[in-house]
Amino acid sequence: MGEALLIRAAGLEKRFGSRSVFRPLSFDVSARGALVVTGPNGSGKTTLLRMLVGLAAPTRGTLDVALDRGRIGYVGHEPILYRELTALENLDLFGRLYRVPERRERIGMLLERFGLWEARAERVGTYSRGMTQRLALCRALLHEPDLLVLDEPHSALDDDGATLLDAELVSLAGSSALVVATHEPARLEALATQRLVLERA
Amino acid sequence: MTAYLADVAALARKDLKLELRARDTLPAMLLFVLSTLVVFHFALPADAGEDAAYGLLWVALVFTALLGLARAWVAEREAGALDGLVLAPSDRSAIWLGKSLATLAFLVAAELVALPAFVVFFAPLDASALVGVVLASIGICAVGSLVSAMAAAARGREVLLPLLFLPLAIPLVVGGVGASISPDPGTYLVFLGLYDAVFAILSWAAFEYVVTE
Repeated sequence: MGEALLIRAAGLEKRFGSRSVFRPLSFDVSARGALVVTGPNGSGKTTLLRMLVGLAAPTRGTLDVALDRGRIGYVGHEPILYRELTALENLDLFGRLYRVPERRERIGMLLERFGLWEARAERVGTYSRGMTQRLALCRALLHEPDLLVLDEPHSALDDDGATLLDAELVSLAGSSALVVATHEPARLEALATQRLVLERA
Repeated sequence: MTAYLADVAALARKDLKLELRARDTLPAMLLFVLSTLVVFHFALPADAGEDAAYGLLWVALVFTALLGLARAWVAEREAGALDGLVLAPSDRSAIWLGKSLATLAFLVAAELVALPAFVVFFAPLDASALVGVVLASIGICAVGSLVSAMAAAARGREVLLPLLFLPLAIPLVVGGVGASISPDPGTYLVFLGLYDAVFAILSWAAFEYVVTE
């Protein structure tokens, strides 16, 4: 018996006015699958990922994601954080909203793992882009999602941060589904179970 | 229900904390409402009467609220934070309610300065006028938080917000002025209460559709 499907997309299209973002897409992702999405700038990677997490609606076709939105973790182009709050305050707010059990312990553990513990009481607005990206990853992982959707997650990360992220993705690969849009597919070669190459429509 | 209220409290507390740090909304509201009342004090003819002054009070309050509403979703727009709130499993109407409560707190703070200044410059305020201010403020923040969320997602948000908000605020101005000058303020207070109830329910129900595609 095959593994349960988490995402089913059939004839998926997105238009902004008369402009089609990408050609109709059909793909499935299983509960432990890892879909790597590649394509040039403007090919619709971000739009596709926003549709997968429910932030955008398809214009045509069907998209079924067999999860409550609270079970999805998402890192987009924006870090989805409040710049005037500290790292701890940001994670505490999102931890509350995501009903994370033993929130403080989980936050502490993630901040330690991503090398942000020392900067936990600093406002995010004072963070470098790399630190902000690390914190965005902490936010997305906070509630131990069943589906992790990442939009160019290696961008802005230094070598240590990128290695840390690779290790995190490898450890998640067996237990969660992953959808990662990237310009560096080679980094994810080992864990990718499917690949989707987008082209401008 | 407890979880819903806890979400609302966490979101409103977050807005108050952001304002305490950034201080970019409340000082502007305070300065605006005070300077407006000062300008009106000198602009209004001496024989204009108290009724005209009550009208000007409401002009000052509505535009002060508009100033606060224009900045209400700035923190959510920056760094895509609204996406994070929308994706959270909590009821999306909690985002609206938390924002409405925080906006109400800023407006009440501005009114705590504006109303004594109005009494000093223009005319006394009786109990029905004060109840009118409270009820109208609730309505302003309920409907204002919804339309400012709509405007925040649009390109011409600075133009769109007043276009959406001011027509909806007209009944509140009518009710507020009526509660201040009418010999039968009760009718106007009931009207304001009904407006609050109807628009709070509509905004609560509609918010989900404003923040999702």
